[in-house]
This record gives sequence, C-alpha cells and structure tokens, in this order.
Amino acid sequence: MILKNTPQSLLRITEADITNKQLNINQTDKTVLEIKDLHAVVEEDGTEILKGVSLSIKEGEIHAIMGPNGSGKSTLAKVVAGHPAYEVTKGDIIYNGESILELDPDERAHEGVFLAFQYPVEVPGVTNNTLLRESYNTIAASRGREELDPLEFDDYIRTKLDLVQMNPEFLERSVNAGFSGGEKKRNEIFQMAVLEPKLSLLDETDSGLDIDALKIVADGINKLHKDDDAVVLITHYQRLLNYITPDYVHVMIGGKIVESGGKELAIKLEDQGYDWLTTHAKVNGEAK
Amino acid sequence: MSETEALESMIGEEYKYGFTTDVEYEDFPKGINEDVVRLISAKKNEPEWMTEFRLKSYRAWKEMEEPSWFNATYEKPKFDTLQYYSAPKNKPKLDSLDDVDPKIKETYDKLGIPLEEQKALAGVAVDAVFDSVSIFTTFKEKLAEAGVIFCSISEAVQNYPELVKKYMGSVVPARDNFYAALNSAVFSDGSFCYVPKDTICPMELSTYFRINNMNSGQFERTLIIAEENSHVSYLEGCTAPMYDEHQLHAAVVELVAMENAEIKYSTIQNWYSGDEDGKGGIYNFVTKRGACRGDNSKISWTQLETGSAVTLKYPSVILQGDNSVGEFFSVAVTNKRQQADTGTKMIHLGKNTKSTIISKGISAGNSDNSYRGQVKISKKADNARNYSQCDSMLIGQTCGAHTFPYIESANPTGKIEHEATTSRVGEEQIYYLQQRGLSEDDAISLIVNGFCKEVLKELPMEFAVEANKLLGIKLEGSVG
Repeated sequence: MILKNTPQSLLRITEADITNKQLNINQTDKTVLEIKDLHAVVEEDGTEILKGVSLSIKEGEIHAIMGPNGSGKSTLAKVVAGHPAYEVTKGDIIYNGESILELDPDERAHEGVFLAFQYPVEVPGVTNNTLLRESYNTIAASRGREELDPLEFDDYIRTKLDLVQMNPEFLERSVNAGFSGGEKKRNEIFQMAVLEPKLSLLDETDSGLDIDALKIVADGINKLHKDDDAVVLITHYQRLLNYITPDYVHVMIGGKIVESGGKELAIKLEDQGYDWLTTHAKVNGEAK
Repeated sequence: MSETEALESMIGEEYKYGFTTDVEYEDFPKGINEDVVRLISAKKNEPEWMTEFRLKSYRAWKEMEEPSWFNATYEKPKFDTLQYYSAPKNKPKLDSLDDVDPKIKETYDKLGIPLEEQKALAGVAVDAVFDSVSIFTTFKEKLAEAGVIFCSISEAVQNYPELVKKYMGSVVPARDNFYAALNSAVFSDGSFCYVPKDTICPMELSTYFRINNMNSGQFERTLIIAEENSHVSYLEGCTAPMYDEHQLHAAVVELVAMENAEIKYSTIQNWYSGDEDGKGGIYNFVTKRGACRGDNSKISWTQLETGSAVTLKYPSVILQGDNSVGEFFSVAVTNKRQQADTGTKMIHLGKNTKSTIISKGISAGNSDNSYRGQVKISKKADNARNYSQCDSMLIGQTCGAHTFPYIESANPTGKIEHEATTSRVGEEQIYYLQQRGLSEDDAISLIVNGFCKEVLKELPMEFAVEANKLLGIKLEGSVG
C-alpha cells in the first residue's frame, strides 16, 4: 500500500472488489466511481502523467482533490471524462459498476459524467441555448427520456438561470465567446445544472473567481448536489472548501494520491503547504 | 480512431450526385474554331446579330492569354479537344413536361428537383439546364401573370431580342477576361429573367445546372434585369457526375438593377470535386457581376461553394447609382485536393454607396482556400463605405487558408474597414462538445454552422435547409 491513514472505503484495489461487482450494486452505499491503479500517458509523446491512482466515490459524497501544479489533478479529471489526448496504459475506471475505458467522451456524458472545464472552450456563432438544448436532448435520447422542443426547453432552462444568478439574455450569447473568466466558470456550473449529471468533475472551477462569484458558484454547487450523485472538486486552494464541505480530501503529487483524509487535511495544507508531503513521499521513494 | 482519421472519414462523405444519365446526344465536333461557333449559333437558330456577337467574342478570345495569377495550380483545360455543345437528341419543344425525356426527368427527381409543378417546392420556379440546353422551366404562366419573364436564354434571344441585345455584355463585356470571352463565343444556355417596373417577383426563381456529358464543357449565360422599383430573388444549384477527367464550367452571370430595384442572387454550388488524389472534378471558372445602375438600388450575392476541383470566382458589384448597396456573403468549403480562389469586387462609383463583404472559408484535407477581394472607391464616390470581414477556419493540419485583400481609395471621404481572423477546429473544441454529449459529427457540424451563421441566414428560407444539409454532407453525418 502506498497510502497511510486511508479509510478502506476509499481504496479498493483488492481482488475481491474486482470479482464482487454484484455485491457492490446490492450495497446501500452505492459506488459511483471507482478508479483502480490508473496509469495514463500523453498520447503524443508517451509522458506518464498518472502513475497509479486509486479512488472510490459513493453516491452523495463530495471529494476534493488538491495538490501542487503539475501533480496530475486536471489530467485525472480529463481521463475520467475520456480526453483523447491521453492513453490509459494500466488500471481501470469503473463507473456505475461498469468499465468506461472503451467509451467515447460523448458516451460517458450520456451515462452522466460531467466535466466542468478549467478552460472552457469558445464556440462562436452557437448560442448557449442551442448548445444546451442539443446536449440535453442528445443525452435524453440516449437514456430513453423524452426530448424537449424549443419552447419546452426554454421553460426548463429558465428555471436553472437563478441558480448561478445568470441574466436570461445570456442564453442568446455565443458559448463562452467574449465571456470574462468568471462568466465562463459560472457557465460551466450552469451547464451542470441543466444537464443534471450523476458524476460532476469540477476542474479548478474556483480559479479566476472573485469572492462574490466564488460564493455564487459554491452556492450553486451545494444546491445541485443531491443524495444520489457525486462531486469531485479539483482545486488548488482551500478557499473553495470554506463554502463547500467535502467528505474527503485527497492530495495528489507526482501522479499519485499521496494522502487522504477529511476536511481537516485541507486546513493543514493551507497552513503548511505541500512540502511536508513531498518530503514524505520522497523518503518513501514514491514520487519524483 | 484518431481525431484526424475521424475528421477525414466524416469529411470524405460520399458525393451523392455523382451518377450519370444514359441519354443519346446529338453529334457535335470537338475543338473550337469559327465554324464551330457558327454551328452553335445555327443549332440555336439565332439571328445574325447574335452570331456576330459570338464571332467577335471568339476573335477576342483567340488574342487573349489564359490567366494564371490565382493561388491554384492545375492542368490547363485542353481547349482543342473539348466539346463546346452537348444536347440530348430529339430535344423537343418545351411546351409540355410530357415531351421531356423521361430519363432526364428522372435525373432531376433523383437530384430532388421535381419538374412537375404540383410536386415542386411551393413558391419556387425552376429552370432546369442539362448540359448545354434548358430542359424545362416551371411556373412560367404564373410568373407571366405578374409580368415577370423567366425562361432560358435561348428562348429570350428568340422572343425578347431587344432586351437581350440591350443588356447582354453590358455588365461583363466579351473582352472582360479570358473565360468571359470564351463564354461569349460559345455559351449554350442559361436563364433569363426580366422583372418589369414596380413589380415584386411573386416567387423565388431558380436554375438547376447539371453537367452530364463527360467530354463537354458547360458555358451557361444568365442575365437578370430588375427594372425600377422591382425585386427578385434568384438561386442557382449545380451538380455533376463523377468522372476521372476534369470538366470545364465557364459561366457568365450579369445582373442589372435600376432605380430602387433589388436583386438577391444565391448560389449553392456542389459540382463534383474530384477524388482524394485530385483526380477529376469540375473547373469552375465563372464571371459574375452586377451593376447597380439606378439610385438606391441593391445587389446581394450569397454563395455556398462546396464543390469543384478548382474554383475561380469573384461575384462583384459595380455601385453606379447614388446610395446603392452591394453585398457579398460567402461560405467556401474545400476538402481533399480542392482549390478555391474566390472573393468579390466592390467598385464604388456613386455617392453614399455602401458595400458589405462577409467571407467564411473552411478548409479541410489537403485543400487550399483563398479569399481575394477588391474594394475600390473612385474619386466621385463621396462618403462611400465598405465593411469587410474575412474569416478562415482550418480543420486538420494539411490544409491552407489565405487572404488577399486589395483596397484602393481615391476619395478621402471614403471609409473602408477590413477584419480578418483565422481559427482552427481543435481537439479541445470537439472534446468540449463531446463532453456535453454531442457526437464527434455533431460537434464539428455545430462548430462549422456557428462559424457560417452570418452567411447562411442570408440564403432564402426555402434553401436554408438544403444548405445546412449540404454542409452536413460535406463535413459530417448530420447537422444540428
């Protein structure tokens, strides 16, 4: 075992776990995401970024993943959501009891995986409304749910605007084009509200937000989080965790999770930085 | 499948109009000389003045050199082996649809252009041109009630010689350029439209051009005249079968707008573009020009160019009348080995004239896509204004996009604005949309449609769907 002080429920790389999928499903505390010894490289040059990440997340839980720059936090989120620039070389990603390694990014989205991007992409000429209706209906169709016509969708989407305090005219603007950094981040959470995912991976959603925007975004995430979904917060700073209380905090360094704990771990990191962990890891020869 | 492969497979969607129709053709000699020009004129039973027009043009062409200033490399057409006239045998008088060769009728059905009026798109009159001849024109009678003349140019030469004599060559003179001269000598058919004073044309007019014969060039001629206070909207569509040899299409289009008149001319060009290696495909060398003769007149060009191996085309507006308006909205998509050098010319002569140019170039595969535009403000054109916006989008790593703007102003009160951008459809953009549940096809489609939106909305309603569909076929599976 690499990790110390890790609750057993968080780390499941035992053989029993692999064979006992059935058992998991019958459990009341249903596992949403289970990452097993995940190794991933940059497809273009073969650089290994993820070097054996294991993590287990159940319904109703909020996990925070923290760590210094370049530790692999964002890569982990992208790989779970199926980013084509990375190749998984070892390990598995089990979502709702099934491996999703072979699924395309859109198929993962249909299953309820949502990634709020660190750098949301601009799509000029396509309105937020158009994209979201397309997204909503594609996902609905893939799950056998009823699609909404433009009028019905308009009614639906307006109910979501307040959640992140967005002006309705925002719906007619092109996706992220000319948005400020903060608007882009709020837009990601707005999209999350509309699509109602089962697993939300929020990649540095707090960065670039002033304190008021941070409160709005955190408030939105808290309201959206339900008993049957799971949220992963990837963040650099503890400050987001002042507004959203995670059930678990993990620290990633050098492509691995080197420490896991409760909310108090984040506070310790805020006080002491990551140095004590890097030293710790080096001593154990686990991180470069 | 890598991103690039996926893009390519979707962009390389099969050309759906590549079939040939097996019809018997009249015999016609290959190559060109004065006798051939006379023969074409004789076949069409033309009056002496028309024959003279052709011969003069031919002599001018003989003296001219084939231009080579475009940003395209291609094997020059072989003018001495080309067939300059190609008409199906037993071409009947076009009084009734029953006289049209069933095979040709079937061809148009297959292309989605039924010639039966009851089956046709409501509110759209169609002139169907098959190789060198006009096969049939729908809704002629209904248009005649409104006083609008819409027929093939051959019929116009017979029935409205005064109008043709007055306007043909008045916007694009025979000596204008190499291909215009050739067209003036050998033009075979095309559409003629005359909208009288104080008339709003009650329907959309359209011509559907089909090249079928392998060895023939197509030289069509279109002339549209809008008299004072009139309005007309016209659309042309083009397809051709897939052949290994290149075929030449050298058209001339002339538009004349008198005082307060408005002409809206739209093109959906989907000639066969050749294969992956650049084998086959149409050479689309076209001269299109409109003259805003009267004050407050307006000419608007909208084009969606997706086909052809090589496109050289610059639909232009001469803004003579005071307060006249010229517009050019263009989407040019190139893929595989296609080359497009296209743009516009806006020549400001009158006072307070205004022109707008919106050009969107999308290049994929190994293609090259160039925008070439000229804006000229003459000495007397006080307060002339131009706004140009040229955006290029690249899909993949092996294509090219180029912009060549030429700006000339001889009047200090003139205002010219030019904006240009280049962007690339990136992995990150596609991934973002896929993460929101869209398939790779739909993601690209959405990105491209967003990019072209300003231009596509200028197409007549009846054709917007067709345009979306065409972009879809060209760039992916389905369009959202």
